[in-house]
Formats: sequence, structure tokens, C-alpha cells
Amino acid sequence: MSFLEYAPAPESRAILSLRDSYGLFIDGEFVDGRGTPFQSISPASEEKIATIANANQADVDDAVAAARRAHDRVWSRMSGRDRGKYLFRIARLIQERARELAVAESLDNGKPIKESRDVDVPLVAAWFFYYAGWADKLDYAGLGANPKALGVAAQVIPWNFPLLMLAWKIAPALAAGNTVVLKPAETTPLTALLFAEIVQQADLPPGVVNIITGAGDTGAALVGHDDVDKVAFTGSTAVGRAIAKQVAGTHKKVTLELGGKAANIVFDDAPIDQAIEGIVNGIFFNQGHVCCAGSRLLVQESIHDEVVERLKTRLSTLRLGDPLDKNTDIGAINSREQLDRIRELSDAGVAEGADRWSAPCEIPENGFWYAPTIFTNVQTSNRIAREEIFGPVLSVLTFRTPQEAIAKANNTPYGLSAGIWTDKGSRILAVADQLRAGVVWANTFNRFDPSSPFGGYKESGYGREGGRHGLGAYLSPASVTSAGRGTPRAVEAAASAASADEKPARRTRRPARPAKKGAAK
Amino acid sequence: MSRLAVPKTYKLFIGGAFPRSESGRTYEVRAADGGFLANAAKASRKDARDAVVAARGAVAGWAGATAYNRGQVLYRIAELLEGRRAQFVAEIEEAEGLTRAQAGAQVDEAVDRWVWYAGWADKFAQAAGNANPVAGPYFNISVPEPTGVVAIVAPQDSSLVGFVSAVAPALVAGNAVVVVASERFPLSAISLAEVLATSDVPKGVVNVLTGSPAEIAPWLASHADVNALDLVGAGELDWVDLEIAAADTLKRVLRPEPGPDAAAPALDRIAAFTETKTVWHTKSLR
Repeated sequence: MSFLEYAPAPESRAILSLRDSYGLFIDGEFVDGRGTPFQSISPASEEKIATIANANQADVDDAVAAARRAHDRVWSRMSGRDRGKYLFRIARLIQERARELAVAESLDNGKPIKESRDVDVPLVAAWFFYYAGWADKLDYAGLGANPKALGVAAQVIPWNFPLLMLAWKIAPALAAGNTVVLKPAETTPLTALLFAEIVQQADLPPGVVNIITGAGDTGAALVGHDDVDKVAFTGSTAVGRAIAKQVAGTHKKVTLELGGKAANIVFDDAPIDQAIEGIVNGIFFNQGHVCCAGSRLLVQESIHDEVVERLKTRLSTLRLGDPLDKNTDIGAINSREQLDRIRELSDAGVAEGADRWSAPCEIPENGFWYAPTIFTNVQTSNRIAREEIFGPVLSVLTFRTPQEAIAKANNTPYGLSAGIWTDKGSRILAVADQLRAGVVWANTFNRFDPSSPFGGYKESGYGREGGRHGLGAYLSPASVTSAGRGTPRAVEAAASAASADEKPARRTRRPARPAKKGAAK
Repeated sequence: MSRLAVPKTYKLFIGGAFPRSESGRTYEVRAADGGFLANAAKASRKDARDAVVAARGAVAGWAGATAYNRGQVLYRIAELLEGRRAQFVAEIEEAEGLTRAQAGAQVDEAVDRWVWYAGWADKFAQAAGNANPVAGPYFNISVPEPTGVVAIVAPQDSSLVGFVSAVAPALVAGNAVVVVASERFPLSAISLAEVLATSDVPKGVVNVLTGSPAEIAPWLASHADVNALDLVGAGELDWVDLEIAAADTLKRVLRPEPGPDAAAPALDRIAAFTETKTVWHTKSLR
């Protein structure tokens, strides 16, 4: 069944002029990687897009060394005003090349063009504009006068919002005066490499931004590099945990943006039309590949049947298919690996007794696809109510009282986001107070803005991105006591005291961690 | 002829009560000059876990109190500490081998730090939070909230001021704490617990363990119901292992600080044990 028949309306790929292969972007130039190159494919067709260089340890060393040089000799000495001007330039270049970036993103990631064009890329430009203005105003960041950049930032990002996550990482880091080495996800390196071209067009000093591609071991080598001062990671809680262990005992400052299992709470007095749209947006936006997705729908018992019926009706109108088609609502799942995980968890839901319903839609022959799916009759102990599925799968649970809704919402080790739908303002504020989540959306969902801090409680990670708080994650206060708390000096002193007793000292190389797979936020 | 003194038994402070260690163990605390001072309780793994349970139970009430109320309660601690100044001066003088003036200065500093942090309780949210001018019809505000249960290894070189400097900032935003006191100078921490017990601090908000930090800290670092770990006084321990253990549940970790200025009063000590919550709400005339 289809709500309305639409003729195909594909966005043209002619705007892209991709190279057949891409190197690593180190010290302002593209260079060959010394690892075994890999291919980036379109998840919608499984066709090859480009061959991508693979950075090994020596490449990581080069990239960090370039970032260190650029930090010490150029970027840390440049005025905030000029740093800001470079960021403004980048923001403008992104706007100029917006359509090209959107097409590349949809091609490489599989997300619908209407999302990459209308959400991802505009937010990328906004992020650079926002932080550009901060560069010469760091005294107002909340850390006192003359805060200092941390140095070299190692940044590892996921595949769900490739270019947007790049912007979340690079814009505040550069504004604060850090230089960066960024590793995009293995399955979605394309827009980061186009961004490297933008960096060249902006004439940014070499080494300020370095982009290295590769898989989990490249990321682990980068995060574990001794000359890195800051680690920023967005991805799975499992990898975040491994990173937290890897950096233990070092001077590195860390921001972790990890998984979630957000509750979207719908009270019986909610504006129901908006709520249905919000629920759909909350879990089916970007095929549910969203760390803050509203994957647990908590609906008040009295309106459960109505909400589920209306959801099914609405989902039946969604169009799944070619990500580059302007009418597409649901694009491709990013990789076979992720599709397998969605299927496994979904099957576990059925096995544990929940009722599965999938929207009737035609699945294309090639590529990775999963129809929008709702589970009802879900118990809080079911895996689909506890584990992050990271796909277009919604688990519906019920509650009777606000207290029960709050208890169920908080009954998770995650704490990234939550939603509340009700017409009663005082109830919104009281419930928001009690939800253990870093972002709470009331009568809306999945809103993002560069001025608005984003990040988790509990095992969803720590640190914030966005806003003044996100800037602070890349700064340290200038005035510290003689003990120099939190500064490298203090840790150095602590480490040298410790090493006298043969305890691990700062900058002692720890054994390499296993490859970081599935770096998905 | 002088009067024969009545010495005090120093016990743990868990959930507002003063139990002995469930293990029945004690260890000898000696003065700077080597003289016997007391047999302090040597807390066990179970004591640590009991303390976490007590702290968890206290979080909702303490975090849910108004900031004005928390400020008053914290200020009340300073008042009571000041009133028992002589007791603490004598205790510190003996334990640390300081002059009366030096011990007095430490107590004064401890009182003043309580006052400083008490004053932050109803201002911190204004310094750390803000409205966000998002590009759309939304009300959007970011506010700090307490992280939850904070486990602290108190500075080991000081009886009172180190302990206070580590505990007070964690309480400001509404956390409940489990503190492992200085192993060498544990007595003032327990005497301070007596101050807390007779002030208006709800039971379980502060829990004090004495004994071996090397033995107790790993249980706290790996405890799944602890949200944050302050290793300020853990410089002599295998603190890297503690940080690694803490990573299993992604606890917020403050690394050790050496020296006499450890845990100097700072706004970011309060911030370290808070989470920023951002709330969006639609704006509409309809």
C-alpha cells in the first residue's frame, strides 16, 4: 500500500566530482596512507564510491606531530580574532558547497537527502558560525580570564551524522585554540575528506586540521597517542568505556558522547497530532541511527491503543527507498553489520514475547534496508527495552501515573535524552526535573542547535558539546592554584611521585586495545 | 591531681549512625609524637557498600531540597564547627604535631571553606547554567544537576581542612558522598561526622569510612551505584587502576592532587560533580 504514488525525484549526483581514491589529510596535504586501503560503499546500492586510505601507527604519529607543530608555532599564537575569521570562512564555504555536501552525505551514509540537505548540512554551517564568534571571546566562556587551549585534540566520530559530528568536534576545538586530528567512521569518510578540501580553500594553516581515515585500530592508536591532550569521542558505550580505560592515568581530558535508550513519555492530555509526528521523528529520523533517539515510547495506558493505531497509520505513509530521492522518508541502514544487529535485536523482541509490526513497504533489491517497526506488549526486562538498537525500531511500553513514567524512564544505565508530551506546563517542568537525562525535549523531539549543550548522564558519557559548555570542554582555566589542579603539571607531579613506587606514570604506553568496532553513537 | 580523662571510641559514620566496622576490625592511630590516640574502625568492603546504599538513599532528598535550604544546612555546619573549635584544635595539634596556632589556622580555614561553599549553593546554577538562544521557537535552558553518589578518597596529609575541601564542594549541588578519610589522621573526620550528625544534614548525605584507602577505594571505584570518583587523596595508591575500574560504569573521575593546596576552593570542584541538563520547550500562541 502506498499513501500516494510519487514519480521518482532523485537529486542529481552531477554536483559531485569525486576522486577515485582519497589519501589522508595531514599537514594541509593529501598523502598516501601506509595501511591497507579500504572502500567506501553506498549502503543503498552496495556500489563502490571511492577507495580510502588507511592510517597506520606511523601515519597517526605524523598527523599528531603536524597538529602539535601547528598548535605550538601557529594556532596558539594567532589572535582569537583571526582564528574566528578562519572559522567564519569555513562556515561560508560549507554554505557555498552545501548541496554537494548533502549529496555526498546521502550517498555515503544512506540517509534521505531531505535530511542531509535540510538538517545535517545547515547545522554544520551553523556550528562553525556559532563557534567562530567565540574564538575572540574566550574570557566569557565561564572559566575566568585568559583560559588556555588544551593543545592537540584527538577526535573520533561515528557514521550516523558524519559531517555534523565533524562540525561538533572541530568547530569548538579550533575556536578555543586547539589543533585537531579527526578520524571519521570507516563506513562514512567521504564528507570529512570533502571538508579537508574546504580547509584547503579556506587557506587554514597546515596541520591545524588533520583528517585520518581507518577503522577501529586507527582510532585506538590516535586516542592512545602520547602527545594528545584531549580526546573527544562519539560512539558506542562499549568503545567509550574502552577509551576511558585507555586514557586512565594520563593527563588527557576526555569528552564521551555515547549511547542512549531514550524514553519518550506521552501523557493522555498530550497534543496528539504533534505527539504522533514527534514520536515518528524521534525514532525514525535518520533510520533511528541516532544516539538520542526516542526508542522507548512510554504512553499513558488510557491512550495506548489510539496512539499505536495512529502510529501505524502514519508509518504506512512513509516512503522507504533511494536516499537521493527528494521524497524519501526512510533511507538505507548504514552497513550490513548494523542491519544484522537490528535484525538480531528485533528477533530477540519477538522471542521474548513482544508483538512486532512493520510498515508495509517495498524493500529494494540491493543495499541494506529495514522497514519501520513497532513493538507492542513490551516488558521493561526485554532486550528491546534495554539495549540500544540504533535502527528504526520503536518499543512501546505503558504507564499509569507520572511517578511510574519517571521510574521507567530512568530505569536504564543510559541517560542521554528524553521526551515529554503533555499540555500541562507545570507537569512538564516537574517531570523534566526528575528525568536523569542530559537533554529533555518537551512537546518536541530531536532538536539540535549549536548554542544548546548536548550530552549524557550516567553511561551515556560525560562532557557537553554545543553552547558555552561545549567550548569549555576544550579549555582549561588560566588561574589555578600552586598545586595546578587538573593541569598537566599537577598530573606530572603526581605521576612522578607514583613512578617512584613503580606505578604507571603519565605517558606510559598502555598495551593497544582491541580494534574498536561499531563506533556508532 | 588532674582528673582522669574519658576517651572517645571513634567509629564509622554511615546513614547518620555511628556503627563499628562490621568486620570488627580496628587499627591503632598514633599521635605525631608516637603516643596512642585511639583504635579507629577499619572499614571493610561491606561497610563501603553499606555506605553507598545509605548515600544512594539520601540523594533524592538532598538533591530535591531547595538550593536555599542546602545553603543554610551547609552554613549550619560551619556554625557548629566553629563552636567546637577548641576540640578540633586540640585533636589536630596532637595528631599532626602542629603548634596550637597552626592547628587553629587549619580549623579556621576549614570553617571558612564551609562558609564559602555554603554561599554557592543558591548561586552555582546561575554561574554554570544559562538560557540558550536557539534558532527556532523554543524555550531552551541549561542547568546543572548533581551527579548522584560521589566516592571520595580524602587528602591524606591533613586531618580536617583536606577532608572538608573534598567533601563540601560535592555537597553544594546536592550529591551524597562516601568519603574515605585520611588513614593517618582519621580522628578529626569522625569528629566532624559528629558535627554533621548534630547539624541539619540529612542522614546518609555524608558517610565517613576510616581504615585503609588502598583496601576500600577499589570497592568504591568499581561499585556500579557510584556515579563519580574523586581521587584527590589517592596519589599514593594504585590510582590508575582505580580510574580503570571506574571506567566500567563511566564514572566521572577527578585525578589525584598532590601537595598542601589539594582541593583548593574552586568553582570547578562543584562543577566536576554536576551534569548539565538542557530542556527544550516549544513556544506557541495556539
